[in-house]
Amino acid sequence: MSASALRLRRQAVNALFTGFCVAVTLLALGALAAILWTLVEKGLGGVNLDVFIKATPAPNSHGGLANAILGSVGMCVAAMVMATVVGLLAGTWLAEYGQRSRFGAVVRFMNDVLLSSPSILVGLFVYELLVAPFHSFSAIAGAVALALLAAPVITRTTEDVLSLQPASLREAGVSLGAPLALVIREVLWRSARNGLLTAALLAFARISGETAPLLFTALNNQFFSVNPLKPTANLPVVIFNYALSPYDDWRRLAWAGALLIAATVLVVTILARMIAKDQRRP
Amino acid sequence: MNTLNPADQIETSIAEVDRARVKVDIRKLDFFYGRSRALKAVSLPIARNKVTALIGPSGCGKSTLLRTLNRMYALYPGQRAEGEVLLDGENVLAPGVDLARLRARVGMVFQKPTPFPMSVYDNVAFGVRLYETLSRAEMDARVEEALNRAALWVEVKDNLKGPGLGLSGGQQQRLCVARGIAVRPEVLLLDEPTSALDPISSAKLEETITQLKADHTIVIVTHNLGQAARVSDYTGFMYLGELVEYGPTDELFTRPATRRTSDYITGRFG
Repeated sequence: MSASALRLRRQAVNALFTGFCVAVTLLALGALAAILWTLVEKGLGGVNLDVFIKATPAPNSHGGLANAILGSVGMCVAAMVMATVVGLLAGTWLAEYGQRSRFGAVVRFMNDVLLSSPSILVGLFVYELLVAPFHSFSAIAGAVALALLAAPVITRTTEDVLSLQPASLREAGVSLGAPLALVIREVLWRSARNGLLTAALLAFARISGETAPLLFTALNNQFFSVNPLKPTANLPVVIFNYALSPYDDWRRLAWAGALLIAATVLVVTILARMIAKDQRRP
Repeated sequence: MNTLNPADQIETSIAEVDRARVKVDIRKLDFFYGRSRALKAVSLPIARNKVTALIGPSGCGKSTLLRTLNRMYALYPGQRAEGEVLLDGENVLAPGVDLARLRARVGMVFQKPTPFPMSVYDNVAFGVRLYETLSRAEMDARVEEALNRAALWVEVKDNLKGPGLGLSGGQQQRLCVARGIAVRPEVLLLDEPTSALDPISSAKLEETITQLKADHTIVIVTHNLGQAARVSDYTGFMYLGELVEYGPTDELFTRPATRRTSDYITGRFG
């Protein structure tokens, strides 16, 4: 093949491949835009002050989502507290102590399995653990189910972020006569702070829209409830119930709730991005 | 003294260092990374309040030897040392040695600057707080003294609350030296401390090293032969895990006893 023919062929292949990549990217972005547009179009009309101050209504009466928002925020916060404690410590152990051990490899593998386990299974597991024995759905069970989903994310990310810290930083701390545990807490966690915060925010984004695990655990509650031992309203389950209902009021509230979750996740993800970007600066 | 047997030659040189002035006595030290042997029966005295330089091509075991002296290798499973490292007569390789205490006595500065993600002040105070409870004024004085001796005080005295990571590379390395000497270690290990620095910063650090030996025993690993000649009193040349030659720096650089040493310092290999 002559040189010019070869060049033409390469240019054609290049154009074809680039075009394909652009097309696929546009397809993905288009789907995302369509989802967001639908959400805004159908949800924005339903968002008003009542959504934030009134409890979920009976069919064909007026109300809001305040109890569901309260329940979701409460359970997510409780779940994040549990998951952060477990995930941060487990991830730290994996990165700093269990790096090369066989037990460490097993723990890492099990965590990866948990990371990709279907959330409905987690819901069923917690149902058997905390709902069936006590004969009541509860906010605690909901929070535990969400924590089980968030903890593996935090564990994995914590390990990755800590492994990225230079070995010389660890050695420098130890070389001053500090015990390794103190170096980890005072130097390595601090050095990895932004990465760890990003891990928590991403885990939060992951659990904030989860429905399946809450169906079996927190269930739902038409009224305000601050008793963690009682069934508790939450946005995902309310959306699930209301979206499938025949009542226009309920369906409007479902769209508003979906928009709220999407907006929250968007904000949290952007926050995580900004923090991660910040970290690249020395 | 132009014997062909390097081991004999080393013994002779060791005898020349007054035994009483030996701070760290390394005897028949072997080191293993898993199954591979990185140090082979290394014996070497480190003279008190002197600068001892370790030179040799990459992979010859200089840094490994350095990391044995404060047992830094103990962080990593699979690495072990055999033989004796006597610090003031006490074997630091013995089981039951308090590693944190040992490392407070034997400080270390690394190849790349490793400031902690905290203020300049807290960087220097970090190690001090581990073992001493000082009043605010005492701590201020200690931090100033350490920064002064590391030749950094003038540059940072108005910005002690600023982040250590905000300093330039050369300043960061001198901050690490200040952090290391603030805990008043008896021995200071320097692992290629200027290899990441520009010539001006290197010169400043060399000056610092020369001043520090009044209070500290210093061991420096360096690839820069000029630096070894400038700052050290004694030099050990290592090759393939063995100490080939050891002696006063002037002698080793002007009248090397072995062919391998003279080849290395004249740039014929390594």
